[in-house]
Amino acid sequence: MAMDGSENHVRGATGTTPEQIDVENYASLYTGHTKIARLHFIADHANSRNLELEALRMSLDEIKKGDNTMLFKECVEKINGRLGPGYGLDQEWIDTVERRAAQRQEKLEMELNGYKTNLIKESIRMGYNDLGDFHYARGDLQQAFKCYVRTRDYCTTSKHIIAMCLNVILVSIELGHFVHVSNYVSKADQTPDVQDPVVLAKLKCAAGLAHLESKKYKLAARKFVDSNFELGSNYSDVIAPQDVATYGGLCALASFDRAELKSKVIDNINFRNFLELVPEVRELIHDFYASRYASCLGYLQKLKPSLLLDIHLYDHVETLYEQIRHKALIQYTNPFISVDLNTMASAFKTSVAGLEKELAALITENQIQARIDSHNKILYARHADQRNTTFQRVLQTGSDFQRETRAMLLRANLMRQDFVMKGGRKQS
Amino acid sequence: MDVLDQLVTQVQALSGSDQDVAHLYTVLKQADELLHSHATRLGYCLTALNPVKHSLGYLYLLEAHTAGSMSREQSETFLGLASTFLNSCAPEQIRLAADKFNNICRRLKEQAMHLHDPMRAILPLQAAIRKLQPSSEFLTAIHADFLQMCLLSKCYKASLSVLEDDIFEIDQKRTALVPRDFLLYCYYGGMVYIGLKKFSKALEFFQHAITAPTTSLNAITIAAFRKYVLVSLIQNGQVPPFPKYTPAVVLRNLKSCVQDYLDLANLYATRNIADVKRCITTHEDVFKSDNNLGLAKQVIASLYKRNIQRLTQTYLTLSLQDIADTVQLDGQKEAELHILQMIKDGDIFAAINQKDGMVSFQEDPEQYNTCEMTQRLNNEIHHIVRLAKKLTWVDEQVSCDHAYLSKIGRDRPRYEPEDFELVPQKMYTNL
Repeated sequence: MAMDGSENHVRGATGTTPEQIDVENYASLYTGHTKIARLHFIADHANSRNLELEALRMSLDEIKKGDNTMLFKECVEKINGRLGPGYGLDQEWIDTVERRAAQRQEKLEMELNGYKTNLIKESIRMGYNDLGDFHYARGDLQQAFKCYVRTRDYCTTSKHIIAMCLNVILVSIELGHFVHVSNYVSKADQTPDVQDPVVLAKLKCAAGLAHLESKKYKLAARKFVDSNFELGSNYSDVIAPQDVATYGGLCALASFDRAELKSKVIDNINFRNFLELVPEVRELIHDFYASRYASCLGYLQKLKPSLLLDIHLYDHVETLYEQIRHKALIQYTNPFISVDLNTMASAFKTSVAGLEKELAALITENQIQARIDSHNKILYARHADQRNTTFQRVLQTGSDFQRETRAMLLRANLMRQDFVMKGGRKQS
Repeated sequence: MDVLDQLVTQVQALSGSDQDVAHLYTVLKQADELLHSHATRLGYCLTALNPVKHSLGYLYLLEAHTAGSMSREQSETFLGLASTFLNSCAPEQIRLAADKFNNICRRLKEQAMHLHDPMRAILPLQAAIRKLQPSSEFLTAIHADFLQMCLLSKCYKASLSVLEDDIFEIDQKRTALVPRDFLLYCYYGGMVYIGLKKFSKALEFFQHAITAPTTSLNAITIAAFRKYVLVSLIQNGQVPPFPKYTPAVVLRNLKSCVQDYLDLANLYATRNIADVKRCITTHEDVFKSDNNLGLAKQVIASLYKRNIQRLTQTYLTLSLQDIADTVQLDGQKEAELHILQMIKDGDIFAAINQKDGMVSFQEDPEQYNTCEMTQRLNNEIHHIVRLAKKLTWVDEQVSCDHAYLSKIGRDRPRYEPEDFELVPQKMYTNL
């Protein structure tokens, strides 16, 4: 295998890959386009050559099972002969697939035209659907999107509508158009009598992805933790149950308060099933809740390299990590009147000076009500003096009121006198 | 008998009762042209009149007499005459000819400036304001000139007696006022308060100038807004959004006229001293030509102060070195100076421990339980009560206003059917 090749692991300068992620294991969680897309993403962002080639090799194997010749050429170009003759440009295969595809497209379009002249609703829908499937397989996502959307006018039952929505969502996720995703999720949600738990879970996951993409982590977390575990591997062409656990867990940590974390994540029997699949995430959530911050941050650090290779989470890792860290700091200081910064720094595995900076930032943002005794390295909680603040507010409000009232009275008189500065004359 | 002698006699005869004065006013109005054509000969006629008794006639003659350009000596005599007249004239007479009165005042201002002695105009103009004002709530055209003189002679305190009166009444007929006078009053008033370092009052004045109704953008508004931006930064650290009653034309066009200033405000928000300093140096010419360089420098000083104040919110103790580092001061010495100054000004409450170079910040010791504080609160309450009374009065005025009532009446049917329904009936049906 390429992984065990003579070239030994040359780690990146950052050393973010303490454990090489197991690509084969990872890829086996997914099917269809997302598998290829994810492998390509890993290849593009991997910091070791072995990992990149391994990902490309698997993706090429996967592409060959489908009809997407464009992607095939692209992938071969990326490999650039580095994987030996078995992974070169197979012109024969391309020609056969393209010929077959052209015939099939012609056939499908003829059939569709036939249905249209006969005005048979159900057949037209099927026709468009087949054409959409065809374009999707060929990798022409725009066309596929159009065909799927067109089936909408010919849907007669709620089952059809759901199928249409799921198709559109699938294509939109791949296109990266997450506005469409949330639109069609809400359309599907409005459809009456959808009881299939798998469908519901799929919609929740899609909505969660859309929220994640628009940085609404709290909403994303709610969607993910509410996803039904019956999802299983049924949505493996978009998301694996392991991802639900990771995405949901991290978003929840970053955005939920303590009570919500307890009731919606830790005590959530349904979501617990997801968490069992990714023990690291489960452990770190429990550590966070139990205030074992050092081990929690340790888990996070360990997870980071593989999260950075995740096609959806990649962009958000830094923000989420920062928010989780802030949450942890706030939670740590909350119950104390005074905190020794040395102890706190060791709990967070950081230096006292660094911690002081972080705390100062949080205090200025008014997230922590405390003040730092930099001399003795102690953090003191601060309790606002209600009486004094009331006096200050009263004086402030009084003078504001007077100022505004005076301005208003003056203005009323200006208006009554029609006292308007008029221009018109051009000044040289 | 000469026409002028005749007129003088008429003035002397008709300066008694109100009716006579009113009659004299029409006579003088008709004779205005005549007076102007005989301007040079009016000097001796003036000696025949008493500025206290014959104020109206004196006003007309003096105005006509000094309409032309003057030599240095003539200016001196004019200043003397005008000052005596403004100090002693009879208010009820001169209010009839507010426009002429304004002319005299303006000329007094011009001549004082001409002689490079603006201070001489201050007291006469102050007297003139009081004479022309029906009450201290009225704005006059003289206000702006008066404030200008105070600014030029740097006698800021002298202007307070006038500035501290709240202005509510604007009356074009009674004080011959034009919108430009109002804008200038606000602009100069703001500048006086900047001179006195009463920045919040200055902001109030500038805001009046910016939000005054207008149909075209004018230089006074722009100049006022430039100062408004800088003073807002010094006082509050940020520029507030325009109030919603700001005229549309100002909202649309003002920002593009003052881009340099808004850039500075944006940089200020990042609290980075180096950036702010750089911005001021690169735009130095702009600030200089707008006469705002001094204010811009105060903006820098205020940022140091603000940054140190922020530290007091975060830290209980902090070493001088750390303060110097975070606030970007050069070394401990300078940090110490800044903090000493701020403690002296009452901006922060702190103590410096020179032995180990530590500063410990304290809470505001004000406990709001002293006699002075009670006094202050009491005064504020009295002010507000007075203002509230005024408000009620204005409200009553408006609700009796004919134009207002007819507009309201049109929008609403006069009687709702429910108005006729009797309450007891309702009670029975409910039972």
